[in-house]
Amino acid sequence: MDWMTLTPEEWTAVRLSLRVATVATLASLPFGVAIAMLLARGRFWGQSVLNGLVLMPLILPPVVTGYILLILFGRRGPIGAFLADHFGIVFSFRWTGAALACGVMGFPLMVRAIRLSIEAVDARLEQAAGTLGANPAWVFATVTLPLIVPGILAGMILCFAKAMGEFGATITFVSNIPGETQTLPSAIYTFTQVPGGDVGAFRLTLVSVAIAMLALLASEVMARFANRRLDIE
Amino acid sequence: MTLAIDIKHRLGAFLLDARFETGGGLIALFGRSGSGKTSIISIIAGLIRPERGRIAIEDDVLVDTARDIFVPCHRRRIGYVFQEGRLFPHLTVRQNLLYGRWFAPRAKRGDDLERVVDLLGVGALLERRPGRLSGGEKQRVAIGRALLADPRLLLMDEPLASLDEERKAEILPYIERLRDRSKVPIIYVSHSIAEVTRLATTVVLLSEGKVAAVGPTSEIMHRLDLLPLTDRAEAGAVIEATVEGHDESFSLTELRSRAGLWRVPRLDAPVGARLRLRVRAQDVMLAKSAPTDLSALNVLPGVVNEIGPHDGPIVEIRLDCNGEVLIASLTRYSVARLSLAPGVAVFALVKSVAVDRRSLGGPVMPAEAEADTDAADT
Repeated sequence: MDWMTLTPEEWTAVRLSLRVATVATLASLPFGVAIAMLLARGRFWGQSVLNGLVLMPLILPPVVTGYILLILFGRRGPIGAFLADHFGIVFSFRWTGAALACGVMGFPLMVRAIRLSIEAVDARLEQAAGTLGANPAWVFATVTLPLIVPGILAGMILCFAKAMGEFGATITFVSNIPGETQTLPSAIYTFTQVPGGDVGAFRLTLVSVAIAMLALLASEVMARFANRRLDIE
Repeated sequence: MTLAIDIKHRLGAFLLDARFETGGGLIALFGRSGSGKTSIISIIAGLIRPERGRIAIEDDVLVDTARDIFVPCHRRRIGYVFQEGRLFPHLTVRQNLLYGRWFAPRAKRGDDLERVVDLLGVGALLERRPGRLSGGEKQRVAIGRALLADPRLLLMDEPLASLDEERKAEILPYIERLRDRSKVPIIYVSHSIAEVTRLATTVVLLSEGKVAAVGPTSEIMHRLDLLPLTDRAEAGAVIEATVEGHDESFSLTELRSRAGLWRVPRLDAPVGARLRLRVRAQDVMLAKSAPTDLSALNVLPGVVNEIGPHDGPIVEIRLDCNGEVLIASLTRYSVARLSLAPGVAVFALVKSVAVDRRSLGGPVMPAEAEADTDAADT
């Protein structure tokens, strides 16, 4: 048997991880941009509280974040019960729960990258757009957004990479169910816990490294493309 | 168009308390740095909300704090040319120029792209991005961008301040054309007497946040009592003249004004062209009798009209040269030695090379002439 070939179970874990990370990244993107915009350009009471809340998952032990998610979004949790009753969205012990956990863990990285790029945009350009007749929504769409594309891409890559590697919060919130919530890190962990699992763990490790490298390369290429478009000397 | 402004606004320890009314043409907001010029146009544009006051264009009230009216910047249709251009780096020159058209009311779209491109000479730049433009090119594109948003008023905040003399000379003719050809009134912020003399129809003189004087450019420039507020070292007279001929053998141009004939170094202007020139007070000498064997080519008879306040060593003297004003700055000692007093007949001597070339520009056309020029263009 070729030791490099992934078993069907391992393929399932890889596919699931990619799906979870993609969904986590895309679903958090609109919130990420909105919150980054609020933190960078807004001036309101409780701004530092919001900033702290967003950064929290970065500092808390992942297990604690997972447990908080379990309390809030579990079947009997206040938000989880509401979403299940009214929208039929269930998180506990589903891949959607894994995506939620990964999204929450990647969110601070995404917001930070986007926020920094918004702060780098010259607010005087936004003023100029205003004098040309653009209302604030159009200013955002035609000036701010195009100028922060590199930051958004960087934030998405960071969030995606974090989501691919997320372990603690995911396993605490939605456990480690093969085919449903067993992502790459959980699968590697499981392999290391059974005798003779080393080969499988090694194969999945190689896959992880390859995906991480690809993501980094992609972000480099996209950043270069975005900068060329801006014609920065 | 009438623009009426009456605002009070505190910026730290600085109190802006400005009130004036202006018509069309190019209105210069003139004053030293820190006199509140930029704050006033930021308030007119809607970038700053004044603490108290009222701003209206005709009957359209933009700000009235008493009635809680504040029209947001993007609904004012007031163009703004910033000191540093502020072009959008991610858009081409063409896209920058057309940016405001997305938002301008369709029916009211005034100037079209070709006309503005032609007026500002930016045709060769259209597909380039702002990052690759020179300072002067950037400023011309910024002016075009503001114009194409179809503004009813154009604000220019020292658009030449960040440019060197050569670039300034490149843009000034475009601003003159804009003033004479387009019907959009311009409020032009500047602290340069040369620029204001060359461009302005009306001057609003500001000092420490307050309006010190409002009036036609030459009237403000010729008031000796305002000199401490403008720039005493740069004080001078504004003279309207016509090109009478060129003396090719000596590379001179002869200009005719009410005061008499001026000879200046060769100018690139056709015979019959009307010009405005500025003669600095420090370049004018006075004599009580007509001097002979003198190198200075311009000798103009006149009468002392007013002697300025004399507290220091230097005194400014205003002359009436056949209806034209000239200003001379002399030492108090010379004034006493020549016993100069209002009514005394003198001769003003001006070296040809002293005529301020930076301020040489086309005259401000009267309103009726605008329509003719427009017709001739199309």
